[in-house]
Amino acid sequence: MAVVFQKPKALTDAPLHYCPGCTHGIIHRLVAEAIDTLGVEGKTIGVAPVGCSVMAYDYFSCDMVEAAHGRAPAVATGLKRAFPENVIFTYQGDGDLASIGMAETVHAAARNENITVIFVNNAIYGMTGGQMAPTSLPGQVTQTSPYGRDVTTAGYPIRVSEMLCTLDGPEYIERVAVNSVKNVKAAGKAILKAFRNQVEGKGFSLIEVVSTCPTNWGMTPNDALKWVDENMIPYYPLGVYKDKSAQKEEK
Amino acid sequence: MAEKVLMKGNEAIAEAAIRAGCRHYFGYPITPQTEVAAYMAKRMPKIGGTFLQAESEISAINMVYGVAGTGKRVMTSSSSPGISLKQEGISYIAGADLPALIVNVQRGGPGLGGIQPSQSDYFQSTKGGGHGDYRMIVLTPESVQEMADMTALAFELAEKYRMPAMLLADGTMGQMMEPVELPEESNDTVEKPWAVTGTEGKREHNIINSLYLKPEELEQKNIERYERYKLIEETEARYESFMMDDAEYCVVAFGIAARVAKNAVVAARKEGVKVGMIRPITVWPFPKAPIAEAADKVRAFISVELSMGQMIEDIRLASECKKPVYLCNRVGGMIPSPEEVYAKIMEVKGGSK
Amino acid sequence: MTTQILLAGFGGQGILFAGKFLAYKGLLEGRQLSWLPSYGPEMRGGTANCSVILSDDPVGSPIVSSPDILVAMNLPSLDKYEDAVVPGGMIIVDSTLIERKVKRDDVKVFYIPATQMAQDMDAPTLANMIITGKLMKESGMRTDNIEDSLKKVVSAKRANLLEVNLKAINNGIEYKD
Repeated sequence: MAVVFQKPKALTDAPLHYCPGCTHGIIHRLVAEAIDTLGVEGKTIGVAPVGCSVMAYDYFSCDMVEAAHGRAPAVATGLKRAFPENVIFTYQGDGDLASIGMAETVHAAARNENITVIFVNNAIYGMTGGQMAPTSLPGQVTQTSPYGRDVTTAGYPIRVSEMLCTLDGPEYIERVAVNSVKNVKAAGKAILKAFRNQVEGKGFSLIEVVSTCPTNWGMTPNDALKWVDENMIPYYPLGVYKDKSAQKEEK
Repeated sequence: MAEKVLMKGNEAIAEAAIRAGCRHYFGYPITPQTEVAAYMAKRMPKIGGTFLQAESEISAINMVYGVAGTGKRVMTSSSSPGISLKQEGISYIAGADLPALIVNVQRGGPGLGGIQPSQSDYFQSTKGGGHGDYRMIVLTPESVQEMADMTALAFELAEKYRMPAMLLADGTMGQMMEPVELPEESNDTVEKPWAVTGTEGKREHNIINSLYLKPEELEQKNIERYERYKLIEETEARYESFMMDDAEYCVVAFGIAARVAKNAVVAARKEGVKVGMIRPITVWPFPKAPIAEAADKVRAFISVELSMGQMIEDIRLASECKKPVYLCNRVGGMIPSPEEVYAKIMEVKGGSK
Repeated sequence: MTTQILLAGFGGQGILFAGKFLAYKGLLEGRQLSWLPSYGPEMRGGTANCSVILSDDPVGSPIVSSPDILVAMNLPSLDKYEDAVVPGGMIIVDSTLIERKVKRDDVKVFYIPATQMAQDMDAPTLANMIITGKLMKESGMRTDNIEDSLKKVVSAKRANLLEVNLKAINNGIEYKD
């Protein structure tokens, strides 16, 4: 019987611990598929963050390093400098990458560190139980913004892709989403490109994946997917924000 | 014998690290250790190594963590306030059982403190610093020669026991120049089956990690680590014994304080005072045995420190408070003169008749 | 024998360089030695001093608190360290920049207008080496290895400065009150 669908090799058999309806599983799969497609599992080292995907090190079958909260780009920098020929990726959430780890993110991008960063933006701290994230939307109710995010006291959400694309350093910045089949396919393409860029020595590639958190958003998985369309994407428009190689070609 | 060269302590560390096969250095500027970074910045690109000025000490230590996971020799250096920032990473390095070298060229604190020499990070270095149950091997050079020799030794010990090692120096050691015979080229010889190198499809994946959500498992990890620490305490405590054979008074001092105290001991000996010195070379593990042995012989201990009296606690513990322990100290970047130490020896002698 | 030397002046006068020269000289003579600079947040101006110890035995504390020889290249340095010099020791004063006389009568004192001499030889930055020449002469140091010692401290890129440094030291050695 022909196999038409199977688990990517770059994922282990460990059952994922994510909540029902969470899109981390999809994103893990897209990352693993990219690794499989490029055939680089044997030389890939991933860096897991602190946050919901903290145990990603059990799910990817390549070598893995667990980093301190926010430090994944620094840890990845160390790994890449030690093994420039290996493929190094980080997998980080919004609190990890855009709050406590913002300095590490910005500077790894500014150095055009030849790594791949998968940035999962679901506008909330999931693992700790639903606190306000640097990407929580204005008015968004969370455990630590119970009356809705008040931008006069809590400040505004940070659009990471837009911010990083102002830097000269990074090679590739794209924002994608995983709330529809079409978007998942586009996300897979973007993630593959981000890994391929590294293999081709092009430099820092970051894919911001707009994601969901039905549990902490207090929604059914379906409503969460809709909420992405109606609230997240208008604030975080999808698209390619920087593609240095393509820009060069145009010139 | 190799030719002696004149070098600053900070430069000797950097050159010795390169000779020990270290090809990865991550740092952030801070006085009085900046020469380490400057030396690395000059040399590393020429030998295919990495020098990277990180965006912060926190990033630097986490870059160290990344390289340490690959099993390659790696180091960072800083001074007191910067070392405080590195504590997060040091705890993770210890928790993931990785070897790495951290150099602390101490300056006065707390807070921003000053930039002059100090030894007031003793507690931080020997009692934890970061969170959790862990230890760090801490070596305390007293000369530029030892700055070089102990750099190589620190790499070896860190690898042998899979844990962070610290070179605990001070501004004087970093800034002073002395003739030094640079160590021979060396490199690690320890097998590292735990390292992340890419599986190449030939083995199960390795995971560098300090997270254990099952308390039973985390407890077991800690117990295992402490078994290793016990072995280190039994076998790796290093010290120098100076004029202790017939000593009635025992000065205890390390680093620059030991250099100063040695002058005072020699001067007091000339006056017929039976005084000797124990110089801890490792402050973790603390050389408990010679202190305990001295406690049965001498009348009193004098702890000479550039802190408000931090090592004095370890002397009291090791001597089980059998004899009084007096403190002779200057802080905030001040260094006691040999005359001050001499006066303290005489005062203690007068008082403990 | 142990000689403890304290060189003191303004930052930018080449205090540390003069100390390094003496240290390398000691190294070439196979002596034990230490060189310890004061270090501060400022790169220029401010005060700078440098402890150099030359000895036949291992050097204990590298900090010179009671110098055998004090070289004072500005007034604040003389004011600060005059009393610290050991009885029977030596003080060398740059008399261009320090107008007052040394108050102590239990030390040997030499005055040399090093800064003026440096200007006269069109090398205003080399007062440090002129005064070092004076120090060498009055303390009876070897003079046969001056050039070799200089080569250790003057970088190859600035080899053209070797000769003028040499000349400055010699001017200091030959200076007569």
